[in-house]
Amino acid sequence: MSTTETIDLVPIEVTVNGQLYRREVEPRLLLVQFLREELRLTGTHIGCDTTYCGACTVQLNGAPIKSCTVLAVQADGGEILSVEGLAKDGELHALQKAFSEHHGLQCGYCTPGMMMSAHALLAANPDPSAKDIRKAIQGNLCRCTGYQNIFKAIEAAAAELRGDG
Amino acid sequence: MYPAPFRYHRAASIEAAIRQLSELGEGARALAGGQSLLVWLKMRFGEVSDLVDIGRIPGLDAITQDAAGVRIGALATHARIARSPLAKLLPIVGDCANGIADNQVRSRGTIGGSLASGDPSCDWPVLLTTLDANLHTQGPGGARDLPVDGFVEDLYVTKLKPGELITGISFAMPVKGSAGAYVGFKRCAPAYPTISVGVQLSLKGEQCEDVRIALGSAGLTTIHARAAEAELKGKTLTPATLARAADAAVAASDPVDDQRGPIAFKQSIIKVLVRRGIETAKRRCHGETVEVSHEYY
Ligand SMILES: Cc1cc2nc3c(=O)[nH]c(=O)nc-3n(C[C@H](O)[C@H](O)[C@H](O)COP(=O)(O)OP(=O)(O)OC[C@H]3O[C@@H](n4cnc5c(N)ncnc54)[C@H](O)[C@@H]3O)c2cc1C
Ligand code: FES
Ligand code: FES
Repeated sequence: MSTTETIDLVPIEVTVNGQLYRREVEPRLLLVQFLREELRLTGTHIGCDTTYCGACTVQLNGAPIKSCTVLAVQADGGEILSVEGLAKDGELHALQKAFSEHHGLQCGYCTPGMMMSAHALLAANPDPSAKDIRKAIQGNLCRCTGYQNIFKAIEAAAAELRGDG
Repeated sequence: MYPAPFRYHRAASIEAAIRQLSELGEGARALAGGQSLLVWLKMRFGEVSDLVDIGRIPGLDAITQDAAGVRIGALATHARIARSPLAKLLPIVGDCANGIADNQVRSRGTIGGSLASGDPSCDWPVLLTTLDANLHTQGPGGARDLPVDGFVEDLYVTKLKPGELITGISFAMPVKGSAGAYVGFKRCAPAYPTISVGVQLSLKGEQCEDVRIALGSAGLTTIHARAAEAELKGKTLTPATLARAADAAVAASDPVDDQRGPIAFKQSIIKVLVRRGIETAKRRCHGETVEVSHEYY
């Protein structure tokens, strides 16, 4: 298609972290760009931009997805949870506290995506084994920590959320 | 990275999608989970004029099974199949669904897209060739049923005609005493397999009554390793017969030298995986619960 042709914008309605947003978007707009550039929610990161690193992970209707490989128009009518939705009333989420306490991050680039994958795991499986945790973050790369402290942080958050932390 | 601009249409039914694709012509493409197509468009490997989003067509993601057989709708995601009762009933299906990429890609990618992409690295065509499945399509010329074996004719080239969509797949329930395994070897979760192997085996005592073996990422299309099957049929599964089958599978393969490894390396992986697939299937035939998953290097 020639780029000089104008493309109709598509109206979408997306609930992000409990708030409904109505926007008109270009069909090719990626969900990650919608979140970062339209809504200015820059907690969701872009790393590889090719579906590998998981830095852009958010949840769409409860499922973890790589938002660099979903169109904003595909999220129409959906509910997004991004890292900004974790803290409640100024209180950090158990995962955020645990990542901080257990040094689950260094540069922090992978962290929002890591936490969104971990959050999806704990919602489905409150008492994950070490293997479950490893499997849950297989699609999230960290170039700093060597992962050990991320595993510890997720274990600690799971215990905290179960009430036996 | 942005794909080049395109128009977006959302199909309400399979009939509407077929009509839209036919009217929009050559530049239009169906969009299911987007886990192959959006990557391709972002990398600017190609452009489309229009995307017809089939992802919301109701009823196309059902997974049903009865004594006679299994049917999976084209829009069933890898994650949905991995969580289904079918994945427990037939561990080979669970091996495959759980081995594809990572949680995030599995949440979106569909079995129909995996077949339609014609990508020799996709796992479902290999699994479905192993299970001798059929795929069902609907298009401007009506509905068709085709075997998955041979559906992909060449690299990224399938038997689909313009405007024709995959609606689902089906296969007969494996007979009692038959079991399978799907094993893969890859660099990491969010990467396509370096090699994958599907094996479905029927035993009579210690003898192989019937077997099907398919190889993925081992050539330009899924390879149905008939010569390897011939080495096993009617034989007792000894280390020597397994080794002959593995050698026959290597001879049937045609891997390419790429970033996942040189040819000789891939051939040695095929040997290991064919043996491992047969051994796992054999243990499962004997009623053992064996967990296998894709291994990383
Ligand atoms: C990082 C990464 C790792 C991956 N690793 C693996 C892996 O290990 N194993 C594996 O098997 N796959 C892997 N994949 C691919 C993934 O499984 C895709 O989901 C799948 O190949 C395509 O399914 P989709 O629904 O996303 O299709 P889309 O991307 O939406 O479409 C792909 C193609 O199929 C066509 N199409 C889609 N649905 C239909 C239909 N019903 N009828 C006709 N045409 C249709 C589209 O027009 C398009 O040409 C990986 C992908 C990524 C990004
Ligand atoms: S930025 Fe989306 S996976 Fe890396
Ligand atoms: S903390 Fe730096 S990439 Fe994970």
